[in-house]
Amino acid sequence: MEKKTKISAQEGQQEILITREFDLPLELLFKAYAEAEIVEQWMGTKVLKLENKKSGSWQFETKDQNGNIIFSANGVIHDFVPEKRIVRTFEMDNVNFAPQLEFLEFEKLTDDKSKLTIQTIYKSVEHRDFQLKLPFAQGLNMAHNRLEEIVKQLK
Amino acid sequence: MEIRRDVFQAIADPTRRAILNLVAIQAMTPGTIADNFDSSRQTISKHIKILTECELLDQQQNGREIYYYINPKKIKEVADFIEPFRQMWEERFNKLESIMKNYKPKK
Repeated sequence: MEKKTKISAQEGQQEILITREFDLPLELLFKAYAEAEIVEQWMGTKVLKLENKKSGSWQFETKDQNGNIIFSANGVIHDFVPEKRIVRTFEMDNVNFAPQLEFLEFEKLTDDKSKLTIQTIYKSVEHRDFQLKLPFAQGLNMAHNRLEEIVKQLK
Repeated sequence: MEIRRDVFQAIADPTRRAILNLVAIQAMTPGTIADNFDSSRQTISKHIKILTECELLDQQQNGREIYYYINPKKIKEVADFIEPFRQMWEERFNKLESIMKNYKPKK
């Protein structure tokens, strides 16, 4: 099966390129990013704020069953051109990790196909590499154990 | 460096990740590993087999017992790959796609 989502991360660079083609008209793809209640559904997080305009800001938050905040992020929207482009920053709260800059480009391929390209720029190559490895680390769900040490030593 | 895709399927399974987490603390026999789970020994032994085939686990004969321990080199090798990152986005986008396919405009 062909992989629909492609990731490009060149060695030694501080950016990641994510591309994905959707079996969706451009209008619907863009809507999934623009409307808070839809973002909540596919991102699995609560959208506290989403101001889709230049100098607008956004804020996401996820709580566990006990009401503890397990994910919280915010950023500023630098550009918002419907069905074309979103430029925004992304910063996770309460973690010591520098904000990143995201360029989202939306393209129409056919009447019912569209494409999204996300270029994310990190503060440094190290920041980028850490972000790339994070899903692996989280997948192993390591709480203070040896696996965590092993992954920590990754360079 | 080549990695078969099965490695990522191996770590995609929650039980197998739990086994890795257990064995990372100390080497264990298959019986001890299985004692930590509600599943049958047979099921756990299948999981161990997959992890061993992917070289995420190594085995060592110690007297009559076989002990399984983690292969840090392989763990590091897998962690260097961006496949889990890609899968995370793939799942997210699949969800987006299916939600929007069923999208009905309000009003």
